[in-house]
Amino acid sequence: MFEYLVKRIATLVPTLIFVSMLIFGLQQLLPGDPAKILAGEDQDPAVIAYLRTKLHLDEPLPVRYAYWVGGVLRGDLGESIRSQQPVTELVWQKLPVTLELALLAFAIALVIGIPAGIVSAVGRGTPWDYAANVFALWGLSTPNFWLGILMILLFSVQLGWLPASGYVSPFEDLGANLAAMIMPAFVLGNAIAAVLMRHTRSAMLQVLSADYVRTARAKGLSERTVVLKHALRNALTPIITLGALELGTLLSGAVLTEQVFTIPGFGKLIVDSVFNRDYSVVQGVVLVTASAYILLNLLADMAYFLVNPRLRR
Amino acid sequence: MTRPKPTFLPALLLALAPLLPLAPMAAQAQTLRVGLAEDPDVLDPSLARSFVGRIVFSGLCDKLLDIDDKLNIVPQLATSYEWSADSKALTMKLRPGVTFHDGEKFDAAAVKFNIERHKNLPGSARRGELAPVASVDVVDPATVRLNLSAPFSPLLAQLADRAGMMVSPKAAQVAGDKFGIKPVCSGPFKFTERIAQDRIVLERYPQYWNKDAIHFDKVIYTPIPDATVRLANLRSGQLDFIERVAPSDMEKILAEKKLKTSRITEIGYQGITVNLAKGDKAKTSVLARDPRIREAFELSLDRQGLVQVVMDNEATAGNQWVAPGNAYYAKNVPMPKRDIARAKALLKEAGVPNPSFTLVTPTTSDAQRIALVVQAMTREAGFDVKIQSTEFATSLNMADKGDFEALVLSWSGRADPDGNLFSFHGCKQPLNYTGYCDAETDKLLDQSRSLREPAERKKVFEQIAARVMKERPIVYLYHRNWLWAYNPKLTGIRNIPDGLLRVSGLSMAP
Repeated sequence: MFEYLVKRIATLVPTLIFVSMLIFGLQQLLPGDPAKILAGEDQDPAVIAYLRTKLHLDEPLPVRYAYWVGGVLRGDLGESIRSQQPVTELVWQKLPVTLELALLAFAIALVIGIPAGIVSAVGRGTPWDYAANVFALWGLSTPNFWLGILMILLFSVQLGWLPASGYVSPFEDLGANLAAMIMPAFVLGNAIAAVLMRHTRSAMLQVLSADYVRTARAKGLSERTVVLKHALRNALTPIITLGALELGTLLSGAVLTEQVFTIPGFGKLIVDSVFNRDYSVVQGVVLVTASAYILLNLLADMAYFLVNPRLRR
Repeated sequence: MTRPKPTFLPALLLALAPLLPLAPMAAQAQTLRVGLAEDPDVLDPSLARSFVGRIVFSGLCDKLLDIDDKLNIVPQLATSYEWSADSKALTMKLRPGVTFHDGEKFDAAAVKFNIERHKNLPGSARRGELAPVASVDVVDPATVRLNLSAPFSPLLAQLADRAGMMVSPKAAQVAGDKFGIKPVCSGPFKFTERIAQDRIVLERYPQYWNKDAIHFDKVIYTPIPDATVRLANLRSGQLDFIERVAPSDMEKILAEKKLKTSRITEIGYQGITVNLAKGDKAKTSVLARDPRIREAFELSLDRQGLVQVVMDNEATAGNQWVAPGNAYYAKNVPMPKRDIARAKALLKEAGVPNPSFTLVTPTTSDAQRIALVVQAMTREAGFDVKIQSTEFATSLNMADKGDFEALVLSWSGRADPDGNLFSFHGCKQPLNYTGYCDAETDKLLDQSRSLREPAERKKVFEQIAARVMKERPIVYLYHRNWLWAYNPKLTGIRNIPDGLLRVSGLSMAP
């Protein structure tokens, strides 16, 4: 176990180095001179020259990379070139917002997707099944931003029930927080719910035709017990794996949703920074995200290791 | 006979009823919520480079001078000004009793500090605007004199914009180049907090010199890039005011009558920049070859049609760097009517009946539509226009290198025509992407800066227009409308052509 861990962590360092180089290199492929964009409409040559020096744009790529990595190692992700705010502060400001959005969306997806899948599998061929399938198709094929705008028009503009945009911290006002988050979380969770529903349905169908379910029925157990205790438990394992994978989708899907609902999260930060060529913010944010993914992966591997005795040999 | 029961309870309810809806509203009316089309950049007047930042500054930082709805220069922190006889010194009387948000006094020494900061702070975007200012003298605490190296009449307009914004010297010295994170100015509102991409919150400054004109306790600026979402937020009551409404939404808003709107002709323009002499592309470009081809190009355009198709009529067609309604519009160079026959004749004369060139356009929807309509219109005269869409950043690079034949480019404009003209048509100026360079025009441009009398300046501008427009380095198309929409209860909106919302005088009816 110890040996395995050491090996895993040893591979972590080169991975992170590779990722940081990739981030840095890819960014250089973006068209346009960042100094020119940041210089704004006036294109004052003095300002452009100043920005170029400040961003080390006049130096060779490896030197620029060294500057950046040097800062990162000292825990300094730099400052936003556009607004002067420290990138570390921006990350800490935005990360909780996106995490909350992703978790709420995931909760909504679970609450809708799994029961819908069960209902549709148990009532296969009935109107319930068709309804659930139509819902799944709709959920998969509706673009996030479009659904978002429609919901704003209905619930904010027409009915006036929910705020159209903005974010309030749950520690400040939980009610206002939920009111602001419910629509974006639904929009984001909707597509995941559809995926979960489809998979739950097929997993349940498979399990429902298994021998032990027939045995359970033969023993005279109630249909409810058969479905929820015997079938669902066995069907759940692949669904959970899939759900965990979908969490990644959630974080990337948040980009568009955050734009539509003007939620100041990670996705919005990245999009706005890319458009403004605010390189230090893009680099910092992507690096944090990548590191988080890598760490989560490590944790997941360790969890498998602990759970599955066969791996321990 | 039954006596009517005592009506105490209903009476009480009736008495209280008007208070119920009023209570939350009264609390709300103290905050003005403004929807912006972008997130501003750094909030330091010396370093700031974005248009949208100027909207926030207008609540935060007072300037020495301001402009009114007719583009006249009006007092703000300077109560009056006087030019020396040789036009090389500008003496200003300063408003007494003004303090910065940190309680520091505003006086001539503060003005000197600010002008020098604008000129010397590394990366300052104001340096060019104040280039002719050689030194600043503190005459007495209430009088300041700017000494110029050469006469420069557009200075007044510069001082009515970011170059005239005054920040607290003490705070600026302490914060250094980090001042923009927590700016300290002397405007009606002081900086409270900023959450990137989310909001900028300003709070009323109780010691403001003109506090009677301020009727809000707080202003919250929220950047919402999508025009549809911005409008939805206004409709749902999340916002009180939004800037840059999509032209295609205006008709509907007007028909519904639930919101108020403002339309103001901008001081900037939308146009097509033609590469005449910059880089290798100019050597092969058919447009650069012969002025008659450029004239034919202009004659094949129907500007009114463009305005209608591209902007849903929310713009004023124009052929110059200022709009036809502007006092400095050169009447000697009127807008030509579309004339396909003449365009064809010119092309034949030039020996190129079917000129072909590439029009580069940024990916914004306005620019794309301009390119498409121009392509269709000029085809009738025999032009073959190819469209190349590039991201804005790339198009800027191409413009800078002269790697284009023609380019759709807009300019947000400056209050003084000099700001729309000098940098674009002066030889070797930073925004001269066309390579147009004419000694006589340069002389006239310098002359226009040395004159103070509007009538005299106008005459010089007319001469410049006659020279530049003959060469057509930029084919000006139209001047957009600033489109604003707001809560009907909001009163006191002033339509100033720079497109910046002034918070002074605004109030919210209960």
